[in-house]
Amino acid sequence: MKKLLLASVAMSAMSGAAMAEDVKLGVLIGFTGAIESLTPQMAAAAELAMAEVNASGKAANGWNFVSVRGDTTCTDAAVAQASAERMVTADGVKGIIGGDCSGVTRAVLQNVARPNGIVMISPSATSPALSTDEDDGLFFRTAPSDAREGEVVADILLEHGVKSIALTYTNTDFGKGQSEFISKFFTEKGGKVTINASHDDGKADYSAEVAALAAAGGDILVVAGYLDQGGKGIIQASLDSGAFSTFYLPGGMIGDSLPLAIGPALDGSYGDIASSDADGNAVLKDISSKLATPFDSTSSYASESYDAAALIMLAMQAAGSTDPKVYKDKVMEIANGPADGSGEKINPGELGKALELIAAGKAINYEGATGVNFVGNGEAAGRYKEIVVKDSKNETVKYH
Amino acid sequence: MDILNAFVAFLNFVFVPGLAYGSQLALGALGVTLIFGVLRFSNFAHGDTMAFGTAFVILFTWWFKSMGISAGPLPTALLALPFGIAVTAAFVLGTDRVVYRFYRQKKAAPIILVIASAGVMFVMNGLVRMIIGTEEQNFADGARFLLEPKAFKEWSGLAEPLAIKSTAAVTVVVAAICVAALFWFLQRTRTGKSMRAFSDNEDLALLSGINPDRVVQVTWIIAAALAVIAGTLYGLDKSYRPFIYFTLLLPIFAAAVVGGLGSPLGAIAGGYIIAFSEVIFTNAWKKVAGYLLPADWLGDGLLQALSTDYKSAVSFSILIIVLIFMPTGIFKGK
Repeated sequence: MKKLLLASVAMSAMSGAAMAEDVKLGVLIGFTGAIESLTPQMAAAAELAMAEVNASGKAANGWNFVSVRGDTTCTDAAVAQASAERMVTADGVKGIIGGDCSGVTRAVLQNVARPNGIVMISPSATSPALSTDEDDGLFFRTAPSDAREGEVVADILLEHGVKSIALTYTNTDFGKGQSEFISKFFTEKGGKVTINASHDDGKADYSAEVAALAAAGGDILVVAGYLDQGGKGIIQASLDSGAFSTFYLPGGMIGDSLPLAIGPALDGSYGDIASSDADGNAVLKDISSKLATPFDSTSSYASESYDAAALIMLAMQAAGSTDPKVYKDKVMEIANGPADGSGEKINPGELGKALELIAAGKAINYEGATGVNFVGNGEAAGRYKEIVVKDSKNETVKYH
Repeated sequence: MDILNAFVAFLNFVFVPGLAYGSQLALGALGVTLIFGVLRFSNFAHGDTMAFGTAFVILFTWWFKSMGISAGPLPTALLALPFGIAVTAAFVLGTDRVVYRFYRQKKAAPIILVIASAGVMFVMNGLVRMIIGTEEQNFADGARFLLEPKAFKEWSGLAEPLAIKSTAAVTVVVAAICVAALFWFLQRTRTGKSMRAFSDNEDLALLSGINPDRVVQVTWIIAAALAVIAGTLYGLDKSYRPFIYFTLLLPIFAAAVVGGLGSPLGAIAGGYIIAFSEVIFTNAWKKVAGYLLPADWLGDGLLQALSTDYKSAVSFSILIIVLIFMPTGIFKGK
């Protein structure tokens, strides 16, 4: 009885102390629905960052960060908005890590975050529309926009001295979006797109499609397709008819099976794929695998979730305030560091050190698990690996 | 030089692919037309018979390769063909025994046999997927090119490449041999003559002592052989995927109907008509025209009548036009 009493007194004292300085952060992702297999790792990563900050005890004013989870369902905007509304009004969160899928993220941003003035950092919304949506400076994302790859492709092509391209894409939303941005950026940067035609996957014969591409001509054929589907068929049919001999291979076409299937004729073709060379990636993987309840930080968008949570907390530290209207202006500064590159680089596991540096008035450059570098009005530039096919293998040239 | 370039571009993107595709369709249509002529129904299961036979040819090809047997520069699948034909012939004779014979003895209307063949089609569809799966299989080996595009460019000094894939050449040669052998068989042998007699007038043929069971069996075996050869050539030249063979049914029937159902000569002509119409209507003529016409006449367009997505719409349109205006086809079928 005595023990129990003591324990409950201790408990209430502890929770009382914590209550006073609790700062709630919302984790608003689709725990049910289309990406429910990814979200447990995403939430675990975001909460890992909070636990790390809490354990360091270095946060200003003794802040103790507490996670409040909410479900977006990935697709149902009404449910996502209700969850966000509850977080903001009932739980009083000071920032939201989320949303996840682009559609619900846009809805929450316009209908909940902006009216209430809450900062949102999405780890996984990649729609280009979010770059131009009105956000009052409240919205950031640690995943690059889908449009970014188009820009990178245009840069790589121009570096190779390509002046005109023929472009074919798989007849899906993915292929259509990809080709649209490749075409847009390549044209803007002074190149010429001779043709932008779709191809259907799962056909036996692509000679007719290739004949049309050949008729339009171009220095190189950009194949925005899938490597084990129509993309492969298009390349094979081009080589078989001698229509094109060099190909540009965007993300969907990079894999070991393609050079093996096509053979030596693919040597000299080049391409890119989203891939981070950040040191922090391995660090986070190491940390997350040694936890009491380990999770896989290499699961899609888990590293981005860790970075989103860390950015919010570091920005609060820099602003000395948990008020979103105040700390929102610090997010870019934390993510990129000062323009002269003097900021100290911060990897996962070094959040305590970062808090200390900020408190001491020193500049930091948060790299995190994904090599965070924000462009435009607060979205990740993303990292892309340039690849060249050599001796029937994909070889990395450099990172963009 | 410009005229030569235009000619080579025409050969490379229209004539060579059209000829290979046409030969594959012609062989398929011959099988359909034979069944229609002798057994008097449209066999909807023909596309899946092609897929079934080709699946076994692929399995035998793998087996041969694992034993180190190959046909040198030619595809190993040619060696596996007879075995694939044997398995398929046994299977279609089995289906005839189990399904079609019952309706034939009851003298059922042709439409009932057609529906029964649709049922057989679905069963074969499933069987093929169970045997070899739904994924794409590439089983072409041996030399890839008879005429390499780069080699041709260097030899001729032209701007346009000309490529002839060895599989395309094999297709045309094998198709020519098959057609010659089939016509010799139908015109010169006793069994062939009895098949034609049975096709022309069943009652009269029966009266003159022709064994109907034997005619039916021989027809099935020949149709199976043609289906397997057509399927294998198509798979070698393009790629093998069971679903594709199901969709091949449309151009094959269009070819048979255009030529005149029941007429072997018509099936061959129909195959090439359908293949070349598909290629000609969906080809972008800008390249050829670019060599022949002054530059300022061209404009920005690709000079393409229909997008390549509408390839099957071409054979469908031809099928409908022929059925409306010339239901018996070019060679006066049935």
